[in-house]
Amino acid sequence: MTQAADNRTDLSPETGAGIIGVHHVTKRFPGVIAVNDVSLTIHPGEVHVLLGENGAGKSTLVGILAGLQEPDEGHLTLNGRQTRLASPADSLEAGISTVFQHSMLVPTLTVLENLTLGAPWYQRPPRARIEARMAELQREFALSLPLDAVTGELSLGQQQQIEIARALLRDSRVLILDEATSMLTPQGAQELGARMQKLVQSGLAVIFITHKLAEAYRFGHRISVLKQGALAGQMGPEQLGAMTEDQAVDEIVRLMFGRESGAGTAEQRQSSARDETLLRVEGLSTQGDADVLGLADVSLSLRAGEILGVAGIDGNGQKQLAEALAGQRPLTAGRVELEGADITGASVAQRRRRGLRYLTDDRLEEGSIAAFPISENTVLKDIGQPPFWVNGVERPSRIAQHARDLIAKFNVYTPGETTPIGRLSGGNIQKVLLGRELSGEARVVVFNKPTYGLDLQNIEASRRRIAEIAGRGMGVILISTDLDELMALSDRIAVMEGGRIRGVVKNDGSGEALRLRIGRMMAGEEEREEQPAPDERKETTA
Amino acid sequence: MSGLLTEAFLSSLLTGAIVAAIPMLLAGLGEQMSEKAGVLNIGIEGMMLMGAYLGFFVAYETSSLWMGFLGGMLGGALVAVVMAVLCVWLGLNQIVIGIGLTLGAEGLTALLHHFQFSRTYPRLPAPERLDIPGLTDLPVIGPSLFGRHLIVYLAVLAVIVLAALYRRTNLGMTLRAAGERPAALDVAGGNVLGIRVVAVLFTGAMAGLGGAYLANIGAGLFIPFMTGGAGFIGIVLAMLARGRPLWVLIGALIFGAALSLTTALQVAGSNIPTDVIQMLPFAAVMLVLVLFGRRAKLPSALAASYERGAR
Repeated sequence: MTQAADNRTDLSPETGAGIIGVHHVTKRFPGVIAVNDVSLTIHPGEVHVLLGENGAGKSTLVGILAGLQEPDEGHLTLNGRQTRLASPADSLEAGISTVFQHSMLVPTLTVLENLTLGAPWYQRPPRARIEARMAELQREFALSLPLDAVTGELSLGQQQQIEIARALLRDSRVLILDEATSMLTPQGAQELGARMQKLVQSGLAVIFITHKLAEAYRFGHRISVLKQGALAGQMGPEQLGAMTEDQAVDEIVRLMFGRESGAGTAEQRQSSARDETLLRVEGLSTQGDADVLGLADVSLSLRAGEILGVAGIDGNGQKQLAEALAGQRPLTAGRVELEGADITGASVAQRRRRGLRYLTDDRLEEGSIAAFPISENTVLKDIGQPPFWVNGVERPSRIAQHARDLIAKFNVYTPGETTPIGRLSGGNIQKVLLGRELSGEARVVVFNKPTYGLDLQNIEASRRRIAEIAGRGMGVILISTDLDELMALSDRIAVMEGGRIRGVVKNDGSGEALRLRIGRMMAGEEEREEQPAPDERKETTA
Repeated sequence: MSGLLTEAFLSSLLTGAIVAAIPMLLAGLGEQMSEKAGVLNIGIEGMMLMGAYLGFFVAYETSSLWMGFLGGMLGGALVAVVMAVLCVWLGLNQIVIGIGLTLGAEGLTALLHHFQFSRTYPRLPAPERLDIPGLTDLPVIGPSLFGRHLIVYLAVLAVIVLAALYRRTNLGMTLRAAGERPAALDVAGGNVLGIRVVAVLFTGAMAGLGGAYLANIGAGLFIPFMTGGAGFIGIVLAMLARGRPLWVLIGALIFGAALSLTTALQVAGSNIPTDVIQMLPFAAVMLVLVLFGRRAKLPSALAASYERGAR
């Protein structure tokens, strides 16, 4: 960290004279604007950090620079001249090398082969030349690799070194590191940071993508914050140099999680919580692996009529928590109690019958069968159960009647109950799934990102329904990445980071201060102020 | 059983094994390359049949076996062009297209043959042999191993050439990368679709050559549907060989021996019912699959079409 701070002072960035210019670039995918009118300049000798939540557009921007996607609007410049990067080969040709978030090495090839991947087919692998260059790289950047090892057998840290080495062997001028520290140990991340400093000292430009705030400050000379596809703000070297880490992190949190001016203020809902505890979760842990984060010691409690918000940057264990509660994910430790009864070992179906319902965020893949009619989707979780099946024989007229009732009650906009559910809009699919989960005796409903990908009108309707559900005395766990939503609806907000609960805060209506406090916890920064209030602690550990 | 182990029996067994093995070897080597690159080529049976037909037709018209082989390779490659366009470029389902191509080629070659020769089955003259002085005169193995047409030796040479290609060249590495993790090859600046097209065309040419061998050397004539599953056995060989050309050769010889055993046993006049004898090669396939099928190691991206940036 101190090293970075030192570098910062002797850098004299020539503004405007970047290697790469991104000019008003917009990229749309069906239904989403992934990148919205973003302009950036990448300077040699600088680590340029792109910071933002999942879905903020970082990876799409990386894809555009790597030649995987082309912008719909706007253009790129290379050394001031307009250029097109129509393929990864073009991007490499332009001197841009990318280390992707997910390893882009062939696991069955040797390290040497991966280093030479993409070379013309008629060439012999130039072993001697690569060995010589690797010796240089080892001296300069402490990169040392076993050339004949099979890549898939190496650690993730070593695999990343291969990708960095590959970029250096190509004499790249720009190195893009996408979420490069997410797979590394803190020690590995530190080493990577030191390596980046050496790389920029040798004249390269490094684009470092992360969602970790502290890393952004420690490693970066320039920070650009992306939010919902647009550039939310930028901090240059002078500005950063004048700030302490705390000040910088505060500023970044403001840029990342602050309310956009002009956005409508959602009215905070009146609490309907009662004293009776419905759900109690103690010490919940699940197995993690390279792709999926495990839960570690998650404890929560939920009262009747209460909405417990779960905040966190996407991918910090929220989905695992929801699945563990629904019984879809095996536990390694912990205990789940529903209305005083131990349901830790209960199956998905048993939990559902007891009134624990889960509304998945994956509406199309996990929540419904797109090609099936709405009617069958409404009873998907009751297959074989009366009254829809009697002695193993389906009763289509009862299912159809049930579906028609649900369509009327939840205002599903559809030609009829026989329409395949996949033809409906996201909002209407959501209504069908909600209707399904609320049928029968629901006691606790777990929502995973219920308004994600919906249009404004449906978002409003969904939020009203969630409030209604709590008003009727059910307990609601509301997982969301939208802080505004959580602050409008929740009684309390638990913040998840790295598979743990960082803290549970009371939604006391303190607005901006609370928002920043939650944002800090989401970013994995320890609480600097007071610990959670004593009554909350008691609640979570009771 | 000792009556079976006569010189005539062994010689015809060995000869038959090689004659039957060569088409499967060629098909298996072709399939292997395409599978390495990530394309499961089920249409190989059709490519073989087209090679057999065109190979025979060209040899018959030009009276040159070599022109026939060339024609066979062209025939197989022509079917492969369809596969390359539909499955590699357009990314359609490889299994559906493969089955379609096989059925289509079966129908087309039968129709063309009927159209051309009606119900006659003209024969080619017996092929010239490459006698190796000294070796050919050895008892039993002499005539069966060393008195073959040059193409047999070229097929075995192909095993060595391919093994070296896979191991020692950038081309081999590119092929493996395309089948294992095409996205990695793409972002490294390689051409995934290009290398896959090359592999599919090579498969077609090899299968076509195998078909032409079957027609021109094995049988000396073309009969509709004459490949009789040799292409499918080629697929099995490629899958069991775990990427090694030498294993394709060994596998082809085992299946070839099983096939030729049916003829050899009949020649030897054994009193086992013919129906049982004719089941042998298929029993052998099943036995090998049961024994080694679980060890088949296939490329990760096999049968998955590649589209850049798709998630």
